[in-house]
Amino acid sequence: MPKDGGIGASTKRREDVRFLSGTGQYTDDINLHGQAHAYFLRSDVAHGTINGIDTEAAEAMPGVLKVFTAKDFEGVGGVPCGWQVTDRFGEVMQEPKHPVLAEGRVRHVGDPIAVVVAETLAQARDAAEAIVPDISDLPAVVDLKAALEDGAQKVHEELKSNLCYDWGFVEDNRDAVDEAIRNAHHVTTLELRNNRLIANPMEPRVAVGDYNRANDEHTLYTTSQNPHVIRLLMGAFVLGIPEHKLRVVAPDVGGGFGAKIYHYAEEAFCTFAAKALGRPVKWTSSRSEAFMSDAHGRDHVTKIELALDKDNNFTALRTETYANMGAYLSTFAPSIPTWLHGTLMAGNYKTPLIYVNVKAVFTNTVPVDAYRGAGRPEATYQLERVVDQAARELGVSPIELRRQNFITEFPYATPVAVEYDTGDYHATMDKLLEMTDHAGFEARAAESKKNGKLRGFGLAHYIEACGIAPSNLVGQLGARAGLYESATVRVNATGSISVMTGSHSHGQGHETTFAQVISEMIGIDANQVDIIHGDTGRGPMGMGTYGSRSIAVGGSAMVRAAEKVINKAKKIAAHLMEASEGDIELKDGKFSVAGTDKEVAWGDVTLAAYVPHNYPLEDIEPGLEETAFYDPANFTYPSGAYGCEVEVDPETGKVEIVGFAAADDFGNVINPMIVEGQVHGGLAQGIGQALMENCAYDADGQLISASYMDYAMPRSSDLPMFKVDHSCVTPCTHNPLGVKGCGEAGAIGSPPAVVNAVLDALNRGGHKVAHIDMPTSPARVWAAMNKTPMAAE
Amino acid sequence: MNRIELKVNGKTVSGEVEGRTLLVDFLRQTLRLTGTHVGCDTSQCGACTIHMNGMPVKSCSVLAAEADGAEVTTIEGMANADGSLNTMQQAFQDFHGLQCGFCTPGMVMAATALLRENPKPSEGEIRHYLEGNICRCTGYHNIVKAIQAASGQDVTPVAAE
Repeated sequence: MPKDGGIGASTKRREDVRFLSGTGQYTDDINLHGQAHAYFLRSDVAHGTINGIDTEAAEAMPGVLKVFTAKDFEGVGGVPCGWQVTDRFGEVMQEPKHPVLAEGRVRHVGDPIAVVVAETLAQARDAAEAIVPDISDLPAVVDLKAALEDGAQKVHEELKSNLCYDWGFVEDNRDAVDEAIRNAHHVTTLELRNNRLIANPMEPRVAVGDYNRANDEHTLYTTSQNPHVIRLLMGAFVLGIPEHKLRVVAPDVGGGFGAKIYHYAEEAFCTFAAKALGRPVKWTSSRSEAFMSDAHGRDHVTKIELALDKDNNFTALRTETYANMGAYLSTFAPSIPTWLHGTLMAGNYKTPLIYVNVKAVFTNTVPVDAYRGAGRPEATYQLERVVDQAARELGVSPIELRRQNFITEFPYATPVAVEYDTGDYHATMDKLLEMTDHAGFEARAAESKKNGKLRGFGLAHYIEACGIAPSNLVGQLGARAGLYESATVRVNATGSISVMTGSHSHGQGHETTFAQVISEMIGIDANQVDIIHGDTGRGPMGMGTYGSRSIAVGGSAMVRAAEKVINKAKKIAAHLMEASEGDIELKDGKFSVAGTDKEVAWGDVTLAAYVPHNYPLEDIEPGLEETAFYDPANFTYPSGAYGCEVEVDPETGKVEIVGFAAADDFGNVINPMIVEGQVHGGLAQGIGQALMENCAYDADGQLISASYMDYAMPRSSDLPMFKVDHSCVTPCTHNPLGVKGCGEAGAIGSPPAVVNAVLDALNRGGHKVAHIDMPTSPARVWAAMNKTPMAAE
Repeated sequence: MNRIELKVNGKTVSGEVEGRTLLVDFLRQTLRLTGTHVGCDTSQCGACTIHMNGMPVKSCSVLAAEADGAEVTTIEGMANADGSLNTMQQAFQDFHGLQCGFCTPGMVMAATALLRENPKPSEGEIRHYLEGNICRCTGYHNIVKAIQAASGQDVTPVAAE
């Protein structure tokens, strides 16, 4: 296979042509005949009782078709949660109803109270101003620990408390871990916060509902990472529409990062209202709405303790985390601080005893769910911070302390229930130190000092679990869905191929990479292969794209389907060449008979499949189309070493990143160019978290970082050029491509590397600072250097 | 309602607009030129960047009525006459300067304006100029490279660093 097309080639992305010429089709670009526009009136208080909603004046406004409130949704289900966590006492989590429109109470700023549907968006917005909601304020629950105190105001009156669950993992290890920490030679303790973030894909969410009275079919166009999952959740749990009467289309989607996984109330609303009004109904989120209605990410408060013996071996690890769920349980929310976080607490280290406790808490804030990395950044951050701090306390090299405790033999069963199949952590560490010119660091630090700056180097080594996940395992852990992926490979008569995949591309470039794989397998030009995704009406079942699972799970399903196609095509080829099937080889788009010069082209075989005049009809059916469902045997375990070099201005506390390098082991790589782009983007988000981004609520539950004026999105001048490398390869052992996934790594490994670098700079400069919470803004760094307590933010 | 007439991508167009109608909404809703995107409501993200009378402007911050008589170029008007990608667009593809594609039209319009003002910008000058264009996917690394390449400067090829 020429290296401009198959596996391993940096093939240019075919999707770029439409994106660069303005001909992409995003959901907001869809305008249906007769469409009406929805505008959501949202709560401006964090918590309150709805005494009444006067919609009379609004209903009389020009162009208004109807004003909807909760009373129009009687008999309609709540927005469901897809994961049920069982706590450490064997009780299932508390799970409040999440109504489509607020019923009796508003529970966060942004909670929808009413929706106006009108002929134009401007008319709907004007009419919403005429709605008079009568809401009595209730005290807002904002602080995680205060929320759990006796007598605290409850977010949901019908629940016992604000505690969603109290989870222990592995519960049987609890006493042994306590004892090991009590008896340890040294214990390093840190208390830290993983700051709340907002995913902020550049395309705001959009939903367009349509209903066809003739055949009773609903269509929802939506900005989703997983249209089949939306069809299942919305159809089965909210609106009671069977799958065969509901089509969900997610066309070009402008980024997701987790925030477009979940089923949102606006999707159900537009689908419902389209039937109620007999008109297509469109809703387009403004960015301001996005800040208060897209699920947020992270928001953990953690105490972590690492025990070491006299030789600096890690002997035990204990964590206690308070995880913010927000006001309602978003689709995957309960799984993030538990199964996607606790299971990763071994990191790259052979710590024999680990206990993780997580208390998930309801508050009067926007629901919190997965954001790029989802649980794994939280695990990596606390672990890589505490290891660095232990090295500082013990006066040893943070590099050597990590190396000494690295897992080196695989497969490795961690004490937190997962088995790493492959990895080589010393290799990525070696590569990183080479990339960062670690040997030259002291000279650069001396140079910085001359210029009045403090220079620091920070390191993090991460492991993540991708390719989520074996269905039987996640079923035991509380998932209410399977996590396989499916693909159909449809070979057309003339040999071109349409692949329908359940994975969804919203920036990842699947249309290019998936075609590279098929091209490599069959030996035909990638331009003969189309990748179709994002439409439940065109593809088989799909679980969608999140958790860096597309190539590892969706790609594997496609490979399995293509293998079925090839096996059948070989039978046809054997018939055409009057040879034994076992002797048929497929190479460069030609079937040949081993040891002879007989051959038949791919296109001749595919034509025979559809024009079966000379064809083994007694043995096989005509046609050439196969579907496969792939359920992974295990997670995949990408890992890597990340290094950050910073200069801190001691006068202002401003941190400048002067170098950032990432050495990743992603297993085999299909398209290096795209993989590097994924790492760049992850790094930008992780560095953004560490330096700038912060979603802040005040004590009354007002969202005070609710626009790009207040929420610090990384801009081009905030980031450096990155050095990235993926030459350390230990292929995944259990999927056909040996791939691990690369989408989230950058956001997982970079925050601790940045914070460790800032602390290194400060400590080298004589400031004895153990920790600074993210974001390491100039104010926080300056305060830490000058031992000034931060004013409340 | 006001009647406006302007030139968009070389063609004269006209329409009735409310006083409050934004230029971006006129482009997207009335002319169905949906390549220009809306990513925020505070004039921060730059996804709606177009050229008006040769200058880059955020079309969310211009009233359609103000564009009466103007010459406007949008992303749909950037390709070569034969429909192929122009130098800047091609550089974005060659250097993987886009992922989800949503900020991309604004980025291309801003980058094109930059090279008109400064034909050989440094990395720092590019980063400074793009302050008003937010990308959430690429970390800007490959956007910077694409713009340097489009300006004829030597750039390391993709996947070779």
